[in-house]
Amino acid sequence: MNGLKRTPLYAAHQRRQARLVEFGGWEMPVQYTSIVEEHLCVRRAAGIFDISHMGEVRCHGPAAARFLNVLLTNDLDKLSVGMGQYTLMCNPQGGVVDDLYVFRRAEHDYFLVINASRIEADWNWMQAQWQAFADRAEVILENQSDLTGAVAVQGPAVVHFINLCLQGPSTAGTTANRVTDLKKNQIGRFSFEAMPVWVSRTGYTGEDGFEVYTCASLIESFWEACLDAGRAAGLQPAGLGARDTLRTEMCYPLYGHELNENTTPLEAGLKPFVALEKGPFVGRDPLLEQQRKGVSRRCVAFKMPEKQPPPRPGYPLWVPNSSGPVGQVVSGTQSPSLGVGIGMAYLPAAYALPHTIVEIEIRGRRIPAEIVPKPIYRPATAA
Amino acid sequence: MSQNVPDSLKYTKSHEWIRIENGLAVMGITDHAQHELTELVFVELPAVGRKVTAGEAFAVVESVKTASDVYAPITGEVVEVNLAVTQNPGLVNAEPYTGGWLVKLKPANPAELDQLMNAADYRALIGV
Repeated sequence: MNGLKRTPLYAAHQRRQARLVEFGGWEMPVQYTSIVEEHLCVRRAAGIFDISHMGEVRCHGPAAARFLNVLLTNDLDKLSVGMGQYTLMCNPQGGVVDDLYVFRRAEHDYFLVINASRIEADWNWMQAQWQAFADRAEVILENQSDLTGAVAVQGPAVVHFINLCLQGPSTAGTTANRVTDLKKNQIGRFSFEAMPVWVSRTGYTGEDGFEVYTCASLIESFWEACLDAGRAAGLQPAGLGARDTLRTEMCYPLYGHELNENTTPLEAGLKPFVALEKGPFVGRDPLLEQQRKGVSRRCVAFKMPEKQPPPRPGYPLWVPNSSGPVGQVVSGTQSPSLGVGIGMAYLPAAYALPHTIVEIEIRGRRIPAEIVPKPIYRPATAA
Repeated sequence: MSQNVPDSLKYTKSHEWIRIENGLAVMGITDHAQHELTELVFVELPAVGRKVTAGEAFAVVESVKTASDVYAPITGEVVEVNLAVTQNPGLVNAEPYTGGWLVKLKPANPAELDQLMNAADYRALIGV
């Protein structure tokens, strides 16, 4: 796997004999034991994921919030210190440059977590927008992706051990005596081995859990300490395979599948994260127009009957009486929780309604699938 | 990696195994193949009576991650399929050479069997 980047946890993955694959330019663990087992372990107990490949950008200075409100679709003014929000970054046509999380770590200090495969594109885009921003002297952008190591610890059992490996109270971000006092979307600075560690109560699995960001050199000892602390509660390392099946059950978008530069957040069903009323931002005009006219296609979730082959990205979708395919699957897999094929697909808006029966073409056969409300699976235990 | 390559079987480059039993060719995918594919969640087998040519894709095995074609090791007719693996695809992972067999073929040309690999050649191919 020449030319692929490795995270600071590469040696830890090798020690556990993880199966490594290419993902967005990185050599990453797809599984340690089995995707299904790791998936179910996250739903029933807890899993720890290496997310060091993801990018981190710090944006600070007196005009940081104003700059980010032009750059991003969600309303930064709703973010109090110590809170994070899901948001999108659009191009002038309303297409998605990336989807990301932004945390307000201090009054004028923001932390953006971006997709691994988009670090370079995002960084170039952010710098170009910064150049065009009148008060750029009051905004500092720093790409901290290479300096940062990160893990996600996810699952209902996480609350039983996470305090064992992180010391509180939080010394920045939100106030919290210990990690488990964080509420959903909150971020605080805790400590591990006397070093600062940022912890947010967020994740990409639908389960309760935390994401932990620290310097690259510290992340391996945190990974091992966390695995030790969580062993009795059933914590296991989980790979990108389980991460993908877990997020698909939740209908969380993945860049390059549900989202790309030619897809708008409204088509993707992400309107709650687009604050059209907040004032000008990049991509707002075409999005307002789309909002007025209505979208022509939508991203829907679907479920297949039992004993059918799993749907895969790229499979064509038919609707009753259509003379050809009208859409295609963008994410698809066998759901380990439900035991049936599930996925997401783009369809003409007229057909994008729950309980509509569509057909997915698999190896020349057309197999019925039902459009279902999102998420496809509802965890019993999420915070 | 310790992978099981029984001496008594014949193998293909595309990771199928074959064994002659009462004049019929029982076939499946190798231990190496099931390991590479990871935990199977779906198996699609051909209809009984289908005539296949050596090298033709005639079954599909799928893990959570990928779909993979299975190729006919020899030319012949499908005379029996293992419905147990369609009910429980994990059988292919657990018992690739026994309970996890896929189909039985009636060979059209027994001489084709000589062109398949022996265990030593297959071990060399997969590097074990």
